[in-house]
Amino acid sequence: MSAIDTAASPAPTRLPPCWGCMALALAVVAAIVWSFAYLAVDYRQLFGRESMRLMAKFIGEFFPPDLTTTFVAKAAWGALQTFAVAAIGTALAVVFGAAIALPAAGRFGVAPRLAARLLLNFLRSVPELVWAALMVIAAGLGPFAGTLALALHTTGVLGRLYAESLENIPPAPERALREGGSGRIAAFAYATLPLVAAQGVAYALYRLEMNIRMAAVLGFVGAGGLGQLLYFHLSIFQQAQASTLLIAMFVLVFAVDSLSAFVRGRLLPAHG
Amino acid sequence: MSAAAGTIAGPRVTLRDPAARTRATALVVALAVLWPLLWLAEFKPWHLFDSGNLQVMASFLAGFLPPATAPEFLALLWKATLETLAIATAGIALAFVIAVPLAVVATRALSVSRIGPGPGRGVGAAVRTATRGLLTVLRAIPEVVWALVFVRALGLGPGAGVLALAVTYGGMLGKVYTEILESGDTRSARALLEAGSPRLGALFYALVPSTAQELASYTVYRWECAVRASVVMGFVGAGGLGQLMDQSMKMLNGGEASSILLTFLGLVIVADAMSALIRRVLS
Repeated sequence: MSAIDTAASPAPTRLPPCWGCMALALAVVAAIVWSFAYLAVDYRQLFGRESMRLMAKFIGEFFPPDLTTTFVAKAAWGALQTFAVAAIGTALAVVFGAAIALPAAGRFGVAPRLAARLLLNFLRSVPELVWAALMVIAAGLGPFAGTLALALHTTGVLGRLYAESLENIPPAPERALREGGSGRIAAFAYATLPLVAAQGVAYALYRLEMNIRMAAVLGFVGAGGLGQLLYFHLSIFQQAQASTLLIAMFVLVFAVDSLSAFVRGRLLPAHG
Repeated sequence: MSAAAGTIAGPRVTLRDPAARTRATALVVALAVLWPLLWLAEFKPWHLFDSGNLQVMASFLAGFLPPATAPEFLALLWKATLETLAIATAGIALAFVIAVPLAVVATRALSVSRIGPGPGRGVGAAVRTATRGLLTVLRAIPEVVWALVFVRALGLGPGAGVLALAVTYGGMLGKVYTEILESGDTRSARALLEAGSPRLGALFYALVPSTAQELASYTVYRWECAVRASVVMGFVGAGGLGQLMDQSMKMLNGGEASSILLTFLGLVIVADAMSALIRRVLS
């Protein structure tokens, strides 16, 4: 052939086999198989005629939803209460999370860092529903317990996110200000805070979206709002009313998601 | 520097913050909105310090120590932990099976009709929108409501929890897979589709290699969340640590509740570590 083809071209290099990946894949498949075997659930019951009929009957009772004015007003009130619970819980979490994030980012030494990290891990590991069950005992039934539960859990989540943001930002601007003679708080406020603020608000809005969904579920343990109404109407088998409440939940989630996306789009002009 | 600026001749300029008015308005609006919200949420922190409440809280907290360590209870705890892990893993496996086909249909990166002019754009867009709508519906209904539906068919127990997790997390995984597949570099997928490759071929040879780490990372994160969600579903009867905790709290057995909480914290830490390990192996 031509001279170009006879020039020795290096054989295509083959990547060495990724033994870690294969071992991992095997372990994951084994874990999945073990899980199904351990639970030993008879899924055939799901496809039996009687259970299909029961499920279909149950779902059918949800339509048509109860659209009388009184009940729609009640659902709207519940939605407002759920929004209030989520909003105030998230706002409290921003304040306390930011406060705990400062020691957790190592600004006051190693020991406070470990203590703050432990506290944040504890707060975020306990699920919101468990916090709500505990808060109902402390603060009584009602939306206040839900607010506290969301505030406690979200403080852990936001505190950790804020601490990681604080650790990741470049220290040069703040150090420049400190070496120029500025006080500690001023240096932090003018050099570090603008860099983390936009991302911090984005995280908070994202958590608000998730907290709206959680606030509805928290009502199941008595924390007020749409969830409490939903639990009540489901337990007395009033599926039509439960259906209206579910629709109210979707509308609320959709509205908050859209609002949050809009605000995030405005805040972060270069956000991808 | 300030001395040099001071010597420039000219009328004295009063310093004014251009953002001051916007910020003041935003603050007033926020306070005006906050007040009714606080009232709606019945935000009365002073109730926490009512004498009756404090006593109830104190006796409840006192009951938490010491944590229960009887051998039969520890055996129950071990079984419940395994059950929670199994529910989470089985739920995520089924969610994956639900999410992948929906994501492949809904993602714009694998859409042949979008490439260049030609028939089928409207149909393609309609199918994608319908699939995204389905994913939103799956995500929107809370797991506990799905669990109640499946309890009708399977009775109380872990089966209802697994299916409820599968449906909800299938929706979440599907939505995020769609977005991840679109967010990478889709030119290679487009090149393959233009050359006539089947969609699955374009998926496996062009999209998955570049996005595999992100896909796997999110799936492992969702598995961690599933572990927590299966505890929550245990409260409505789906077995595992949640059901055990619900029973202990109903009997006001603080010692057992604190053992279960500590086990749960340990489980979360282990799940966190495993997830970090898997993500490190994949990178």
